[in-house]
Order: sequence, then structure tokens, then C-alpha cells
Amino acid sequence: MNNRMMLNGLVTALFLSMGAQAARAEDNVLKIGVDGVMSGEAASWGLVNKYCAETTAEMYNAKGGVLIGGKKYKLEIVALDDKNDPKASVTNAEKLTSDGIKYIIGPNIDTTALAVKPVMERAKALNFPYAFAKELYTAPANASVLGMVASYQVGPVMYSYLKTKKGVKSIAFLARNESDAKNQQAEGVEAAKKLGLKVTADSDSYEPGTKDFMPVITKIIKTKPDAIVLSGVAPADAPLLNKAARDLGFKGAISTETAQDSTILAQVAGAKAAGFMSVGGASTPEIQSDAMKAYIEAYKKHVGEWNDEAGTKVYALELILAVLQKNPAALTDVEVFKKEMATFSMPNPYVKGGKTTLEFVGKADFGRRSQVGVPLVVNEFDGKEFKTLFVGTIKN
Amino acid sequence: MFQVLINGLVLGCVYALVALGLTMVFSIMRVVNFAHGQMYMLGGFVVYYLYGEFHLPFFVALPAAAAALALVGAAFNRFFFQPVLANATREENSMLMAVGTALLLENLALSAFGEKQRGVPDVVDGTFILGDVADGGVILTYANAMVAAIAVLVIIALLAFVQYTRPGRALRAVAQDREAARLQGVDVKATTTLGFAIGAGLAGLAGGLLVTVYGVNAGVGSNLSTKAFIMIMIGGAGVTSGAIVGGLLLGFAEAIGYDMLPGSVTYLMIFVAMIVFLVFKPNGLFGKPWG
Repeated sequence: MNNRMMLNGLVTALFLSMGAQAARAEDNVLKIGVDGVMSGEAASWGLVNKYCAETTAEMYNAKGGVLIGGKKYKLEIVALDDKNDPKASVTNAEKLTSDGIKYIIGPNIDTTALAVKPVMERAKALNFPYAFAKELYTAPANASVLGMVASYQVGPVMYSYLKTKKGVKSIAFLARNESDAKNQQAEGVEAAKKLGLKVTADSDSYEPGTKDFMPVITKIIKTKPDAIVLSGVAPADAPLLNKAARDLGFKGAISTETAQDSTILAQVAGAKAAGFMSVGGASTPEIQSDAMKAYIEAYKKHVGEWNDEAGTKVYALELILAVLQKNPAALTDVEVFKKEMATFSMPNPYVKGGKTTLEFVGKADFGRRSQVGVPLVVNEFDGKEFKTLFVGTIKN
Repeated sequence: MFQVLINGLVLGCVYALVALGLTMVFSIMRVVNFAHGQMYMLGGFVVYYLYGEFHLPFFVALPAAAAALALVGAAFNRFFFQPVLANATREENSMLMAVGTALLLENLALSAFGEKQRGVPDVVDGTFILGDVADGGVILTYANAMVAAIAVLVIIALLAFVQYTRPGRALRAVAQDREAARLQGVDVKATTTLGFAIGAGLAGLAGGLLVTVYGVNAGVGSNLSTKAFIMIMIGGAGVTSGAIVGGLLLGFAEAIGYDMLPGSVTYLMIFVAMIVFLVFKPNGLFGKPWG
């Protein structure tokens, strides 16, 4: 009888101990949400966010987790596809926040990002969209942090470069027919005019899903611009637009203010995309640190191949974790995180040299620091890969 | 304007080829194949791997894409559509099946091929140049000329097949009256499978052909299906000549629209025109199937 009682006690203790361990493991999981477009023609925008977050999580988890407030947290990425549909994006955001998730990466475009804003505010969560609408980041809005460099920040820098270094005097704008791309086009037109450039086409656009760009580029070329700016162009469209322009005999500069991928450009357009300027993060060999090289290898292992868009999108989660490490109270209270954003600064782990800082920026454009300070890198495609044209910083 | 017309002609030939496969399936099965665009996408990936990655000759990879998708189409028909059509009492069931297969193919492709746009080396490289486009000149790339020429040849071959061969006549008979065809000794089950295989094969061929100029990605199917539906609605669903005319009309409408209207208005006008057109001509330009 005693033996039996002892055995029962042992089993009970074992179960209690396992339960306690499970509870501790549960406590030590930090969930990060990703809400963005992961299917259809623009899938790469959201999938690269997802893959970046998963890669970062894998790297930390391989070392036992991320150390926050003396405790190691395993990272768990919960990624949901919004199909570029505001309704789905809202549903995803509600699902993620109701799961207790405080930090969400995405969505990818203005319409989906604006749709989830009330959800973020209500749930006292913080999201990191890759959409440029200023009303997401300026007061009274206070639930979103721009995850990359906005078109209205890099555009003037690029146009100035085209004007002074390439002798561009006239410029034509062509946008993907979506609200953010059209906004980028309108802002680009204003910026170009301010620089004294002649704008030969200011409102032309093409339907998402277009594959033959000969008709739309024919019209642009007829306006005889020195340069063509592709506003809000998706990575799948950029090579085809370059190819159509070159096939039609256009010899001027072509640029975009969105991030692109060199493999896609090389495969689809090859030498016809040579000279194409776009925005990068820290993926070009000229500026990447050893940490970035290690990240690229981890990304390749996780996804199968590198995507240059990830050079921009690597930053959001790294910065979230760094702030949480600095002030663990932000794990459950995003207001603490927001206060930290005003002063937070760390050496940028992905740019070599150790002199570049990674911080929150955006004061000049949004009145407060509500943007991840991704380095302002402008790349030029040489027919095979990107070369860094210049590196700048966003005004703060 | 000549450049605009050249653009419209090339685009129209390509669209006609895409629409033909869709109308073929509709005429035989009375099924709107929502997965047509996804079959196009798979054809593009077959050529991407065979020609772009494994460096087989393009003119081996292209028929292989058509054959592979014909097999997929035959399998879809045999294992998905025929059982549903045999048991379903409502037309919506086959439509839902088609939507389901489209989603299935797109998600499988996204998992298997990744999110990136893919492209292949030029099959032919060069350009016919007749002046500067900015000054009213005309440019036609060899690649676009090749695509248009192959599209026209395939369309002619299909029309000849349907018109002059025994299986082609069986297809027409099934399209016109399934029961009468059965009474005449036509194997309806095999014929519908052949029709679905030809439709899917044409989608695969179009995808394989166009990957040389447009590239391909896993999400390309839905938009293409939408355009194909517009074409067959204009021409008349299930009518071969209707698909060809619908494709050419949409090609020219797109080229001329982009030249004369603001870009964002072009497709809006195309949709408005289609709605108005269908109000007055609900069966499209050419009325009933295989007429």
C-alpha cells in the first residue's frame, strides 16, 4: 500500500513538474505577427517579410532564444496572408492581437495598412507597415512604425542624382494603378518639379497584372523624357517595364523608389535592365557586415534562395528585439516601446564599419520618430547584380 | 499610331491563344475553368525549368509544356470534374470545383516555385526597327514577332483539327448536343477528357510561349483568367471564332486605350464597354457554341 501511495505521489509530482515546465516554456515564448500579402502577383512583398522574420527567429532560437530581462525567449512567428485585401488584413490583425501579440510586421500597402490602424489602436499593439501613407505615422496616429525608407524620402535624392550626375532635365512618371503607387507618383511629381525638372508624364499608370508593357511604355516614350520613374512598381513588373522600354529604343535612365531583386531583373530582363536604379537595404557586398553575410546564408538555408528585398526588411524585427532587450517592460506595454523609440540607438549590425547607427527616424516627415532607420541605399543594376550607388541617411 | 497597332496585334494574338483554351473547355463541358490562368502559369514554369534551368532546346520545352498541362487537364477532368458533373444537380458545384482547383494550383505553385518572378534567356534576340517610336516610328522585337507567329500557327492548327479530323468532329458534336453525339456512337466521356486536355494544353502552351517575353510567377493566373473571361464573353462563350475575335478586340482595346486614355481609365472603360455590350448582346458576338 505504501509503495502504491509512493508511486501515485511520484506520478503526481512528475505531472506537476511537467506542467510547471510547460508553463515556463509557454511564458518564454515571444510571438511576433506578420500580416501581409503572401499570395497573388505581389506575394513577394509579404512573403519576404515573413521569411525575414522567420530567419531572424531561427537564428535566435538556434542560440536558445533572445535574452530579454534576464530570461531567454524563443521566438515564434505567426504569419497570415491578407491577399492585399483590407478586410482580410483587418481579420488577420484581430486574430493576431487577440492572441496577445503586441508587435506585428506589415501590412504592405496603404489600403491594408490604413485598414488595420484602428485594430492596432484598440488592441494597444504596434505594427510595422511597409506602406507610405503619412497619416499612419503622424499624430494623432500612434500605432504604426514605417518599416522602410519612403518614396518621398528617397525620391528627391534620386532625382537630384539623376539631374546632377546624369544630366537629366525631363522626367516621366509611370505608376502601378494602386492607391499607394499613385500617391508615390503624385509625391514624386511634386519633388521633381521642386528640383526644376520638366515632368513629361505625371499621371500614367498600368493595371496590376499587366504583362505586355509595350502599349503603356510606348505612350511614355512619345513624351521624350530623359528619365522614367516607375512609382510603386512590384518586383515582378520592374524587369518587364525595363525590357519594354529598352526594346522600344528608350536610352534614358529608369528608376524606382521601391526595393527590387537582382535575380529577377537578371532572369527576366538581363542586360536590358542595366542602369536601373532602385532602393536597397544592406544587401550589396560593398556595405554588408559579417552579420549581414551570416543572415543571408541563414535566409538562403531557410527559403532556398536570397531575395534582395530582404536587405531592407531584415531591420524591423531586429530593432523590435533590441528595444525589448533594452526595456523588457515593452514586452507587454507598447507605450513603453514608443517612449524608447524617441531616444533608442544602436550600432547597425548589418552595415560594415560599425559607424552606422540603427535608430528610429522620421521626425522631419512625421513630426516624431515613427520609422525604422533603414539606411537610405540606392542601388544600380549592372545587368547581373546590384552595385551600391550611394548611401545616405533619412533626415531626422 | 503604327506602334500602337503593332502592340495591339501582338497582344491580340496572344490573348486569342489564351482565350481559345478556356472556350474549348466551356463548349465541351459547360464548365467555366477558373483554373485556366493557373494552368497557363504551370506551362510557364515547365518551360522555365526545361529551357531556362535544364537548357533543353526551347522547341522541345514548349511542346512538353503543352503535353504536361494536357495531362494535368485530363487528370482534372477525370478525377475532379467528371465525378462532380455526374452527381451534381446544380451548376454552381462545377464552378466551385473550378475555383478550388485554381486555388490549389496557385498555392502548390507558390510552395514549389517560390514567390519570385522567373524568366528565361531570349529564344531570339533582335528588333525590327522602322524609325524612332517617339517620332512615330515602329519597333517589333523578334521575340514578340515569334510569339505572335506561333500563336497564329497554333490557332490555325487547332481550327483545322476541330474542322477536319474525326476527334475534332466528335468534339464539335459533343459541344452541340451531348445526347445526340452519344446516340451517334461518340464516346462522350473520352471526348470531354480530350476537350479538357486540349484546353489545358493550350493554356500550358500559351504560358510556355509567353514566359519567353513576360516571365512567370506563381500568382500570375488570376489576372489572366479574368482577361480570358472578358475575351470569351465578348466573342461568345464556347465559340472558337468568338475567342479569337474577343482576344484580338481586347488586345487592340488595351493598346489603343493605353495610348489615348489615362492608364487607370483604360480597364475601367473596357469593363464599362463590356457591360454595355452584354446588355445588348448577352451571348457575345457569335452566339451559340460551335455554331
